[in-house]
Amino acid sequence: MSVLSKLKEALVCLKAGRVTLPYPAQAMPVPEKFRGRPIFDVAKCTGCGGCANNCPAREILVFDVCQEVRVLQYLGRRCAYCGRCADVCPEKAVTMSHEFENATNAIGDIKQRIELFMSTCQRCGRCFKEPTTLDQLKMKGYRFDDVAHERWVFRSKAYLDSEPVVDDIKIEWE
Amino acid sequence: MLKNLCQKMFGRSLWVYHANSGGCNGCDIEVLNVLTPYYDAERFGIKLVGSPRHADAMLCQGPAMRSTAQALKRAYDAMPAPKLVFAIGSCACGGGIWFDSYSVLGPVEKLVPVNFYIPGCPPRPEAIIYGVAVALGLVDKKTAPVQFKQIELPIPRYHPGDLRGRDELVVYEKVEKV
Repeated sequence: MSVLSKLKEALVCLKAGRVTLPYPAQAMPVPEKFRGRPIFDVAKCTGCGGCANNCPAREILVFDVCQEVRVLQYLGRRCAYCGRCADVCPEKAVTMSHEFENATNAIGDIKQRIELFMSTCQRCGRCFKEPTTLDQLKMKGYRFDDVAHERWVFRSKAYLDSEPVVDDIKIEWE
Repeated sequence: MLKNLCQKMFGRSLWVYHANSGGCNGCDIEVLNVLTPYYDAERFGIKLVGSPRHADAMLCQGPAMRSTAQALKRAYDAMPAPKLVFAIGSCACGGGIWFDSYSVLGPVEKLVPVNFYIPGCPPRPEAIIYGVAVALGLVDKKTAPVQFKQIELPIPRYHPGDLRGRDELVVYEKVEKV
């Protein structure tokens, strides 16, 4: 009886055949709608920061070096690949690629960093509205036009006390 | 150096211990999927063992949480000396999307030293196999930090030098890329 059942089992196994995928030898295609690592297109990005506002993991950091230069940094550490940044992007600058082989020995390898030029408003000289009037006055890009010569003076760095260090953008765990 | 050490120490087969410190069970399912006949990990000698004392590598899933921190540390200390730690999934790599919750301490590297990171939520079984292959030195890693820089202002900017008065009318001339 047991021999018969084992033979039956062997038959079932033979019928199934070999199912093991030759993955490390051959590349495996992913499904069409698979969301892998997001890729940021610097040519299309306008630096609105919508992806940073919508990221549920808060993985996209926006850092204004000065009024004109904005740094967007994507640290893929706790990215859940939800695709909300790609959904919300008005310029379609974020695409969810099919890359999934992101294994590294250093977590900084999946970082992406974009430096963008921000254009300022010709009237007020700044791009964003601050909540209070004092904050508006304190803003880096607050303008001091040369009234005597009627010249437009570019003083975006007037309120920066020292040279900004761009590399020290870090998320505090605590 | 770690690659050479890995090839020397873990030349034959890698016994892995599967530690979940409070994940959502998604990465566990993917890790168990690696061991199924479809992604037969045992052909590389990778075997799942039940005790950390038998294991060479620990597969961490889930963030470091307050309730399981001591258990994870004890499991790591119980492993024999040449040990590898894989952080599988975005929770283990960076704390997950509930990283600022009161019970989540952060990534598992706050508790145990992590050697290899496999991001993904959850990572595909192929990605896990790829990570183990990177650890064993069979393939090279594909990722590198990317940095983009705009070298030219994409929008024409008005320069104060081009601002001249003409018939009591301010005219912006020379609208070109700066």
